Amino acid sequence: MTTVEFRHGPVWVIAEQIEGRVRAVSFQLIGHARKLADELGAPVEVILLGESLDEPAQQLIAAGADTVYLGDDPDLAFYHPEIYTEMIVRLAQERQPEIMLIGSTPMGRELPALVAARLRTGLTAHCIDLVLNENMILEQKVPGYGGLISIICPERRPQMATAARGVFPSPELDTSRPGRVAPLVVPKEIPHRIETLEIVREEPEGVPLESAAVVVAGGAGAGDPGGWREIQGLARVLNAALGSTRPAVDEGWTELETMIGQSGKVVSPELYLGVGLSGELQHMVGIVGAKVMVAVNNDAKSPVFEQVDYGIVDDCREFVPVLIEKIREYQTK
Amino acid sequence: MLKIVVCVKAVPDPEKADQIRIDPVSKALVRADVPLVLNPLDKNAMEAAVQLKEQFGAHVSVLSMGPPPAANVVKECLALGADQGILLSDRAFAGADAYATAYTLARGVEKIGSYDLILCGRASSDGSTEWVGPELATLLDTPIVTMVEEIIEYGDEWWKVKSGLDNGYRVVRVKLPAVLTVTRELNTPRTLSFSGIIKARRKQISQWGIDDLDIPEQAVGLKGSPTIVSEMTTQESTREVEMISGTREEMAERLIQKLADAGFLASS
Repeated sequence: MTTVEFRHGPVWVIAEQIEGRVRAVSFQLIGHARKLADELGAPVEVILLGESLDEPAQQLIAAGADTVYLGDDPDLAFYHPEIYTEMIVRLAQERQPEIMLIGSTPMGRELPALVAARLRTGLTAHCIDLVLNENMILEQKVPGYGGLISIICPERRPQMATAARGVFPSPELDTSRPGRVAPLVVPKEIPHRIETLEIVREEPEGVPLESAAVVVAGGAGAGDPGGWREIQGLARVLNAALGSTRPAVDEGWTELETMIGQSGKVVSPELYLGVGLSGELQHMVGIVGAKVMVAVNNDAKSPVFEQVDYGIVDDCREFVPVLIEKIREYQTK
Repeated sequence: MLKIVVCVKAVPDPEKADQIRIDPVSKALVRADVPLVLNPLDKNAMEAAVQLKEQFGAHVSVLSMGPPPAANVVKECLALGADQGILLSDRAFAGADAYATAYTLARGVEKIGSYDLILCGRASSDGSTEWVGPELATLLDTPIVTMVEEIIEYGDEWWKVKSGLDNGYRVVRVKLPAVLTVTRELNTPRTLSFSGIIKARRKQISQWGIDDLDIPEQAVGLKGSPTIVSEMTTQESTREVEMISGTREEMAERLIQKLADAGFLASS
């Protein structure tokens, strides 16, 4: 057996499972990690923590992992900040990864920060692209200030970044790929100052955003809860999933779960209708590969009209009720 | 008595923040004169602290890192009911990323002294990374619960809180001292009262710089930040827009026709 020397440390993905199923975003990040690793000439290593995960571990190899570090223990069944952090930090100190990627999920909004602070390294949230530059440094792209900002972590390692489901495509699974599973042991001497007593999962109402063929997204232009209900009505008559922008969430008209964009969900519908929103890049980057895009907004100069196929300049509070009525007429014609 | 530290951030007014943009030619930020305000979710953190003070008695310190004008935001927190206001302000702190910010805040918390609870908003409206709370907790070796939407039980040592998940929540027990980052669901922040503003006039804001915190310059600000901005670009759209005009009814009908032609609407 020959040993291979790598110039760069491995590219890591922290995979995440819920009730034994690995989340789609983890597969997508492994697919992207594979590309980055091939450019670097480095291996892909995936960390998977949970319980009864032999089969999922094989799927991660099929998705592109060379090694899966598998922590399989009842204590790991659900995300535990102290145990997960400790296991990842210890292994990172040993393996010295070049890059560490994590999905922007509720776990991915906390765990990477706990790990990054322990490793005293940089961390970029909600990236919409991750590419290596000519110096083989990871350019971590995030939208901001009406444009795109590229963030790098030039000196410290690993270079850590999170990205949402849908930013990268799901890789083809190749079950003939070779790879190995290495077991991880749960350390004993962990402080246990946090204890999860209960996890409650609620079935989301209506059409799920990520898989919806039609998405209606509303923004600040709704004006008030009444205006928001009209946008909800439009989503219903189009059998669409309802999405939102951050201002609509901040106003309290809708839940954080409906937010589309950089720090929210990434959707790829056939038809997207943006209503009462200006088209800030933070929102627009959350719509990937839509076939047809429509915007309704009262400000003719808003950037949304540079990013859609059809534009209507009107106050959405006036226009949406008329549109709903006309759609109903058309549907019963 | 509970000792609470609320970490707050002065952010560009979210209503006007879109005036700060990347210039398409120079690729530099166009600095508009956008006023600094208290980060919206930090209002929920402040409200939680004031409610705890009213219910159990507490000493509430407000800690912020920012340029000198951020003092107004600290003052606002004093008017809302905080007892002590501290602004970490120094030229050396400028350009800090989440890690350097958390590091500087951690040194500020240590200078304040002992604490039972640190409260932060879940995210800031300008950065939206959500990293500062958990990084601060790590640097202080303190447990953290993020996305707290309800405090269910207040024990002497352990508190029980509800933390949001996508489509659900978890119930977590956490041992004090702890850091909690809070969501909008936790409470409804009160508005400033006249008597609060009057009382706040008598409260002093301490400003601490790098010498007060006794930390090296290379640990803070841009120098202490693992990440830097390498490039800013503007994006060009690949779509060509067709504007639909007419009366309101005509626009609706024309749009419906476009959608029907593309196969998105069916008549019965």
